[in-house]
Amino acid sequence: MEIVHTDALIIGGGLAGLRTAIGVRRRGFDAIVLSLVPAKRSHSATAQGGMQASLGNSVKGQGDNEDVHFLDTVRGSDWGADQEVVRMFVHTAPKAVRELAAWGVPWNRVRAGDRHSVVDGKSVTLKEAEGAHGLIDARNFGGTAKWRTCYVSDGTGHSLLYTMSNQAIAEQIPVHERMEALSLIHEDGRCCGAVVRNLATGQLLVYIAKAVAIATGGCGRLYRTTTNAVINEGMGAAMALETGIASLGNMEAVQFHPTAIVPSGILVTEGCRGDGGLLLDVDGNRFMAEYEPEKKELASRDVVSRWMEHHIRSGKGVKSRFGDHLWLDIRLLGKEHITTRLREVNEICHYFLGIDPVEKLIPVRPAQHYSMGGVRTNYTGQSLQLRGLFAVGEAACWDMHGFNRLGGNSLAETVVGGMIVGEYMAEFMESSSWDFRFSAGVVQQAVTAQQKLLSSFTGPENPVRIIEEMRSIMSEKVGIYRTGAELREAVTQLQSLLQRAKHIGVKSGARGANPELVSAYRAGRMLKLALCIAQGALQREESRGAHFRADFPLRNDRDWLCRTLATWEDPEQMAPTLRYEPLDVMRMELPPGWRGYGAKERIEHPYTAQRQAEVEAARNQGKSRYELQRELMPFEHLLPESLRGRNARFQEDSV
Amino acid sequence: MNLIPTRDLSTKEVPRKLRITVLRHNPSEPDITPYLQTFEVVEGEGMTLFIALNEIREQQDASLQFDFVCRAGVCGSCAMIINGKPALACRTLTRDLPDHIQLAPLPGFELIGDLSVNTGKWMRHMAERVQTWLHRAEQTVSLDALEERQDPDLAEKIYELERCIECGCCVAACGTAQMRPDFVGAVGILQLARFKLDPRDTREDADYYQVIGDESGVFGCMTLLGCEDVCPKELPLAQQIAYMRRQMALVK
Repeated sequence: MEIVHTDALIIGGGLAGLRTAIGVRRRGFDAIVLSLVPAKRSHSATAQGGMQASLGNSVKGQGDNEDVHFLDTVRGSDWGADQEVVRMFVHTAPKAVRELAAWGVPWNRVRAGDRHSVVDGKSVTLKEAEGAHGLIDARNFGGTAKWRTCYVSDGTGHSLLYTMSNQAIAEQIPVHERMEALSLIHEDGRCCGAVVRNLATGQLLVYIAKAVAIATGGCGRLYRTTTNAVINEGMGAAMALETGIASLGNMEAVQFHPTAIVPSGILVTEGCRGDGGLLLDVDGNRFMAEYEPEKKELASRDVVSRWMEHHIRSGKGVKSRFGDHLWLDIRLLGKEHITTRLREVNEICHYFLGIDPVEKLIPVRPAQHYSMGGVRTNYTGQSLQLRGLFAVGEAACWDMHGFNRLGGNSLAETVVGGMIVGEYMAEFMESSSWDFRFSAGVVQQAVTAQQKLLSSFTGPENPVRIIEEMRSIMSEKVGIYRTGAELREAVTQLQSLLQRAKHIGVKSGARGANPELVSAYRAGRMLKLALCIAQGALQREESRGAHFRADFPLRNDRDWLCRTLATWEDPEQMAPTLRYEPLDVMRMELPPGWRGYGAKERIEHPYTAQRQAEVEAARNQGKSRYELQRELMPFEHLLPESLRGRNARFQEDSV
Repeated sequence: MNLIPTRDLSTKEVPRKLRITVLRHNPSEPDITPYLQTFEVVEGEGMTLFIALNEIREQQDASLQFDFVCRAGVCGSCAMIINGKPALACRTLTRDLPDHIQLAPLPGFELIGDLSVNTGKWMRHMAERVQTWLHRAEQTVSLDALEERQDPDLAEKIYELERCIECGCCVAACGTAQMRPDFVGAVGILQLARFKLDPRDTREDADYYQVIGDESGVFGCMTLLGCEDVCPKELPLAQQIAYMRRQMALVK
């Protein structure tokens, strides 16, 4: 058995994992990145529209700052987010964009003078300031008060991932490609490595590390229709769950993106609507204007997706052999804009739909897109229960998205998370070497358990069938509209699949990669995650953000202002153990209220009024925005020292 | 832009029966020699090779190896030889192909199995060799200060050259790369052209000459330009190779 030793083991080679590895490396530690695929092929590459950071350079970003980004993000989360973490995030996002610029990302830049744009269906001319010329530009995205999404055409994720990956190569960080971590090795509540399978040769290896980070992204492939890449099966989160110690947070919080093309589910960016694109129904009617008179197509994703499903259910969808859909209209943006700022969208339309979006409408329908939930960590990215285990990016729940993530905040989170968690991992390794140990017995046990599992597939069940059935259940019963009855059915059916998964058989005895074997050992893990989502959704009897219960349509701050924690202590148990972690209204900088879009009614928390009064009293003292913020909810002490500096802004500084 | 002729399959009575022949070999089973295997698949509307190959693996042969990640034409994982030409399988619609489709792994790369090749290893090696990252004068940049300004047109030009997805099609279609395993390929030359365009990069032509100024670099190109013909991102490879070669020829 090959044993690899390193300081930090980073599982996942996307933006979050790579930035974490760079951070650790710069603090003098060795890091190895494990990746299912070559790092540059990670799902981060498919992010199109951009990354939010309150630079406020563009004229439509004027007046933007951390405070505005904070308010947008908390409202977007439907008050499910950890507001301290949101503060850390919005403070660090401008630094992340600037670091990436220094590393070479060719962000689109502000061009001084007249700028033609489409706002609310109308052609407008904006005037960009002379002083902003050459600074980083931003486009409009949903749920934001300002144009804040920094972008590189609509290949932002690609550009960021290549820059980041090349930076990691420059810093000589090894990426072990086609490697899948199967289980975490831990002893006395301390994580010390992983059992890993080489996907090309089928061999098992052991990695021993002082700290481990899970940066494996989301789990969209638990659903039948998803924008996610085929590798996004949630194996990092599942591995944490299978420790029986680490918990997953808010797994029922699943985002559905409004504009996935029909039928393949491939994403076309929110930038289409941000740049002025419209949603139309079968009659060519711009229906979002009726449902959301203020934000229209640019309400948050949960709200837009819900109205789209509602509109389709009320018979206004366009019939097709792949089911009903709606139209995305970007024709009004014009050929030049589409072929320069939306060129990936343009290519997708040509290759996968055979249409030219300059002239034709794009068939779209909401599809699973993002998991707000993930491995529950504190603000440093470390698991609350398993020391030495960190998580970052979509795989984590630290928790800055609550029950709905804003567009452009995930790309930003991957990099910001990596910057922060990399520092804290290094600090952990510096301060906890006394704590690091691993015994041969524990390692052997971990390896034997995986060997046993891999040779156990001799039953009659087909793993691919089981995964397909799971996906159908998730898409049909744990989707945008949820009800107690359907969720109960989903849980029962998933449990019966989990039972069947114990009798999976693998026909192919091929040595090496053996894709069938991969499905076999992932099936049970995916089902456990699916059960965390379904059971969490069943028990949460309210509607918050992307979690909508038709039988409990109100947000209920009184009973449900809390985070769901799921654990799976006994491998034989058939459902997760769910606990709840309350959110403290009295410590919120922004007490619960209306989001500015979506439902206005809700059940208030008993402390909201009191906290609201405190916040208003503080606001009336005439303090600077920094002083006021510090009084309401201090957060700077939570950041690594290197990231505490105040962000310069061209307007603030020139006023 | 390759416009797909839209043909409405719904008007056809009987869907086509496709024959898909795959060149198969699993290096982990060295006693089995490479062979061709043909699968039959009933064509569906909007079927891509991503859908067809997955259907084969799920219903006919669970051991078939291939790579897909994004299945949306942006990650570069699924390049293979499709009826004789390198292309991205995920965005190849079967309706644009004849009834008989022949698939083979991308040449020029280490074979992992069947249609799966190790482009990742090749690309990492290339990146290390030609140093595909921005070489700045200063080591640290203040993250609190305003970002350095950049001309908006220049930023767009740089992005133009940065759209490469390292799929390997250009290497597979390159005569030189097939003869010289150390050739950096159009992919390597293009990436250096990107940094050469960026005024923040401190490398000079003489530095680039060090890494691509010989026959394993720009002077190895025979100008067959297969790379340009097959690049799925339609990158200006011929133009950039010519430009870099001219610049390198001027280095004293």
